[in-house]
Amino acid sequence: MEEAKTARTPPYWEHYPHQADMGVRGVGHSPAEAFEQAALAMMAVISDPTAIRPDAAVSIRCSAPDLELLLVDWLNALVYEMATRGMLFSRFRVTLGDGQLQGTARGEQVAAERHERAVEVKGATYTDLHVIERDDGTWVAQCVVDV
Amino acid sequence: MDTGKLIRHSEYEWHIEPHGAMRVPGVIYAREDLIRAMDDKVYEQVCNVATLPGIVNASYAMPDAHWGYGFPIGGVAAFDPKAGGVISAGGVGFDISCGVRTLHTGLTLEEFQPLRERLAENLFERIPAGVGSTGRIRLSGREMDAMLRGGARWAVEQGFGEEADLERTEEHGCMAGAAPEHVSDHAKRRQRDEMGTLGSGNHYLEVQRVTHVHDARAASAFGLREGDIQVSIHCGSRGLGHQIGTEFLKAMAVSAGQYGIALPDRELACAPIDSPLGQRYLGAMRAGINCALANRQIITRLTREVFAELFPGKHLSLLYDVSHNTCKVENHLVDGAKRRLFVHRKGATRALGPGHPALPEGLRAIGQPVLIGGTMGTASYILVGTAESEQLAYSSACHGAGRAMSRHQATRQWRGREVVDELAGRGILIRSPSLRGVAEEAPGAYKDVTAVVEAADKAGLARLVARLEPLITIKG
Repeated sequence: MEEAKTARTPPYWEHYPHQADMGVRGVGHSPAEAFEQAALAMMAVISDPTAIRPDAAVSIRCSAPDLELLLVDWLNALVYEMATRGMLFSRFRVTLGDGQLQGTARGEQVAAERHERAVEVKGATYTDLHVIERDDGTWVAQCVVDV
Repeated sequence: MDTGKLIRHSEYEWHIEPHGAMRVPGVIYAREDLIRAMDDKVYEQVCNVATLPGIVNASYAMPDAHWGYGFPIGGVAAFDPKAGGVISAGGVGFDISCGVRTLHTGLTLEEFQPLRERLAENLFERIPAGVGSTGRIRLSGREMDAMLRGGARWAVEQGFGEEADLERTEEHGCMAGAAPEHVSDHAKRRQRDEMGTLGSGNHYLEVQRVTHVHDARAASAFGLREGDIQVSIHCGSRGLGHQIGTEFLKAMAVSAGQYGIALPDRELACAPIDSPLGQRYLGAMRAGINCALANRQIITRLTREVFAELFPGKHLSLLYDVSHNTCKVENHLVDGAKRRLFVHRKGATRALGPGHPALPEGLRAIGQPVLIGGTMGTASYILVGTAESEQLAYSSACHGAGRAMSRHQATRQWRGREVVDELAGRGILIRSPSLRGVAEEAPGAYKDVTAVVEAADKAGLARLVARLEPLITIKG
């Protein structure tokens, strides 16, 4: 669950502390890449993404009036798909445009013997919610998730 | 939090004078050391809640307050619909009606000890706990709606309990005004496999021993004696409540401008109580309360089955079931006048004093049991509501220890196996599907629950009755 960050090769994800819960942050060269990494960060709150095989794909569509609400919608759509399909995800593709998100999450059915699951995510929240472009041109997508 | 920003009214009551857009003051009930340990965000969130339309008296924080979502966890605020008051999905939280119920086992330590390992194994095997765990019950669409309308009463009618359980559950087990039609198909779908499950995070089922009685009269009225073995269940409305929270938070955030509400923080998303959106949320949230009550009732049935197999002839009777993430319509005296208010308690326990008409007959003379969950390694407490609490914070008290450290920090400091072994050495059996989950919930990651309940007691929010220490913890 350690940070998968390397200084030279963005995109990356990381966790940051929140007193009761967990902050998830994705960094990439575009908002879409940052969204993909934020999804990976959220997955890592639940389980080790490197142990999840990207065998099956699930399509996700969201719409929201701005990028920040769209990030929360995207993460919450993943929470819903995991809960109702009994799946875990480890690879994500996102396309953004005009308040719409089209995404694909790849993963597999939960296998208790291979997937230790620490905690479930109840929902992504608006706390510490930011989708911003940094001075170096990279994008950050982050929020706190309620566990 | 810097206490320099607060005005000390007493050792356990500190005020924030209204400033900026605050309509009312902030009031924090805690001792100075607890306040100093609180995140600065608690100050900010108490102030933000005080800016919401129709708030009455003050924005309150309980002794276990910590950084939450919009509202602090440990936050209490009441709103008057006649003054343009609002209802807030963030003010209730994602885990609608998360709460605690405590049962008497009638066992002595001598009866318990020889079977403790088997009891731990059987409880762990039978009570679904942890991420993605599923229950035995699958509800059809019609059954789901009946459950959302009926709560624990529905569960008892289905054979998951007895009439006497309802008497000892808030709202007599059934929250009136639930509107399953305002609960989305997504929320119902998410709940399909989750009836009768504990969940994860800080949720648990514990077998506990009463180690100290602080108030003999109240303890006697609650049926508690030193050495008694109790079971406490801490969980909520599972996926259904989480999904209702998620969906209404967005709907309220998007429409706040339309209602002329300026939000200092999007997470404070709310709608006027009398608006169509506010009313829809109210109906859905009440359905979520019923889901939590039914869920704890079903887990009670599973627990009784396990105990009946190991201890034939012993019956688990319910002491009380109380929720700590709710919005309830209550009448309160404000400046001598009775007002009908929508009281939000986010991580705060209702604590009705003696004589309150909502209390069952057997408890009315003494007051409501206030069930405070601790950590795996410390203690839980039972308090009783006081008469003075109504004027302090609408009859509310703390709900738990409150985290002192993030999950991130906790996993760096402890390993799950070490926590399990250390507690086993002290006679506490931990069973959990996740060692990482155990590390995140390590007792050291929480505040001192004893300091929290003492602050609640000294502030007058509720009075200490008994201390309980864990013997077995089934951790989600």
